[in-house]
Amino acid sequence: MKYLSEYRDPALVEKLLKDIERTTTKPWTIMEVCGGQTHSLVKNGLLTLLPDKVRMVHGPGCPVCVTPIHLIDKAVYLAEEKKVILCSYGDMIRVPGSSKSLLDAKANGADIRILYSPLEAVKIAAENPDKEVVFFAVGFETTAPANALSVLHAQRQGIQNYSILTSHVLVPPAMEAIINDEENIVQGFLAAGHVCTIMGLDEYYPIVEKYKIPMVVTGFEPVDLLQGIAMLIKQLEQGDYKLENQYSRVVEPNGNPEARKVIEKVFEPSDREWRGIGTIPGSGFEIRPSYAAYDANKKFEVNISKAAENKECIAGQVLRGLKKPHECSQFGKKCTPANPLGAPMVSSEGACAAYYHYAQVE
Amino acid sequence: MEKNVLKMNLQCPMPQLDFDKITLGHGSGGTLTQKLLDSGVFTVLANPYLNQKHDGATLTIQGPLAFSTDSYVISPVFFPGGNIGELAVNGTVNDLAMCGALPQFLSLSFILEEGLLLTEFWEILTSIKQACDKAGVYVVTGDTKVVERGKGDKIFITTSGIGTIHPRATISTAAIEAGDKVIVSHSIAAHGMAIMSVRKGLEFDSTIMSDTRPLNGSVKKLLDEFGDAIHFLRDPTRGGVASVLNEIASDASVGIDIYQKDIPIEESVASACEILGLDPLYVANEGVFIAIVKASQAEAVVTRLRESSETAHASCIGEITTSHPRQVLLTSAIGGKRVVNRLTGEQLPRIC
Repeated sequence: MKYLSEYRDPALVEKLLKDIERTTTKPWTIMEVCGGQTHSLVKNGLLTLLPDKVRMVHGPGCPVCVTPIHLIDKAVYLAEEKKVILCSYGDMIRVPGSSKSLLDAKANGADIRILYSPLEAVKIAAENPDKEVVFFAVGFETTAPANALSVLHAQRQGIQNYSILTSHVLVPPAMEAIINDEENIVQGFLAAGHVCTIMGLDEYYPIVEKYKIPMVVTGFEPVDLLQGIAMLIKQLEQGDYKLENQYSRVVEPNGNPEARKVIEKVFEPSDREWRGIGTIPGSGFEIRPSYAAYDANKKFEVNISKAAENKECIAGQVLRGLKKPHECSQFGKKCTPANPLGAPMVSSEGACAAYYHYAQVE
Repeated sequence: MEKNVLKMNLQCPMPQLDFDKITLGHGSGGTLTQKLLDSGVFTVLANPYLNQKHDGATLTIQGPLAFSTDSYVISPVFFPGGNIGELAVNGTVNDLAMCGALPQFLSLSFILEEGLLLTEFWEILTSIKQACDKAGVYVVTGDTKVVERGKGDKIFITTSGIGTIHPRATISTAAIEAGDKVIVSHSIAAHGMAIMSVRKGLEFDSTIMSDTRPLNGSVKKLLDEFGDAIHFLRDPTRGGVASVLNEIASDASVGIDIYQKDIPIEESVASACEILGLDPLYVANEGVFIAIVKASQAEAVVTRLRESSETAHASCIGEITTSHPRQVLLTSAIGGKRVVNRLTGEQLPRIC
């Protein structure tokens, strides 16, 4: 708990807020990339403490939110029609597919299990040799090593009834897509601390240079976030643009080379569709052909038509920072966590869920 | 974990029986049922009312009553700090206490799953007895049914209870006034996290124990001394403190302000919540109550509660306000404000 109490220290928070207040002379729009950061900002009430001139917009860093609807349909199909044991991280199971969520499928009798780690799924596969076990491998660079490792474990143990349904997305291409969007309003980024813990900083220097946009790799506690914002505002006010690392107690410049080796072994970069945003080139991971036996996309024949998104949902604009959740006409009305129109309303990292649960909306 | 879970200091030795597992026959109403009841249930729970062995209990009670019922389907049935048996007693005792009642009599119904080990049943039964003694209540009537293997989860228990209303109690949402203080009686979230720590697939090493305990003693003391200054009581079981406060805000059409820095929580519980990404405000308690108390008496109530070890961490965590009706607002430890909303479904473990 030491790191938590230190980074939630009210006196430090007050000092940083004063620093930000003093440094900020004009309005700035900052995007925190990761959904974990969004939730911390809202849950700790930081948005109510920041000066009006600092406008935080919330980024696409919610893996559950950007998982395409047809992949959820596919997961439901595998569980219901192919009778696989479908394993998933918890916050994926309430996300609506085109007709139902995994939770609905579970209620209808499908064998869907909520796990903390894909290695658990490998264990389930070993214990149920007569069943196919599929892990819904969702996430950014942070979860990729564990998902890749599960494939390596299954291979090492000679387990053939295990595969993963990948929907891996990568942060840097998404940031570039946001910057290149003609409606973009973001002037600086708080980069996602835990993604950089794995990947290191190298991928971000070229983005900073190319677009002349300041970026601070930032953690998740109140003091982390305020320090990140303070560092970013200082750059913005000085007309500077560079990559800084606020989260240096966790993020090494070189990231975690061992974890990257595991990723590299199992996955290769690919184009990837982001729910609500569209396809971004080179923004995902796909399983390498040498591990095709563990690729649920290749292992199972799935014939389902590609479903359309709910037209009333503005998740795409929310995920690109163009709109705030409560600017959606259906926020808290037709769309609630119990009855979501889009994924950001259900995911524990979704901006809409954060606003619905924690924010006082007029 | 086993040593934590199975307390072997049974007061009543298990009878020697010619079966070691519950079978369908034990719920048939025939000789096997009789054997089970005679060898165990009646002996362990013996009291003058139950000993009548009639279809129901005949009781004489004076004055206004509270009546409550609850079903217990917890998994796993043995957990650090308790088991489903004491939970079933304490839960109903506490629901009565929250009505301002003095719990007296319970009914007890078992739905047993075929194959339940007799040693486990005995352990649960003994806990029921101990919990009844602690709370000062009698099991006066009951029922036992057995369902096929796979149609239950070892054991389900339903208890109902009645108790007379304390002469000085005026517990009601109508009694809640702006300015009233919100008090929690002890550290929160222990029960839910104790269960999490032994749930299949989530097991983690911890020393967190369930806080299951009867609250009627503490509540009686408060009512004896403070009477109608205690405006409202509720135990934050399922859904935790946040859900109960939302219910109160909405039922009484008031706003509630709470302060994160004042909410008592053990460090081990807080750490476990952090690791699993759960908000302790939504985690279940089984030995904590929330009291809405007249402002002028709040400090005295907290002081009195802190004198007892079971409510040693009592704390005033906020107050009732008219400014944001039906909404609970939390001032975070760092001074920011946020809404504390109702939970949609269960809290789910998150991705990263």
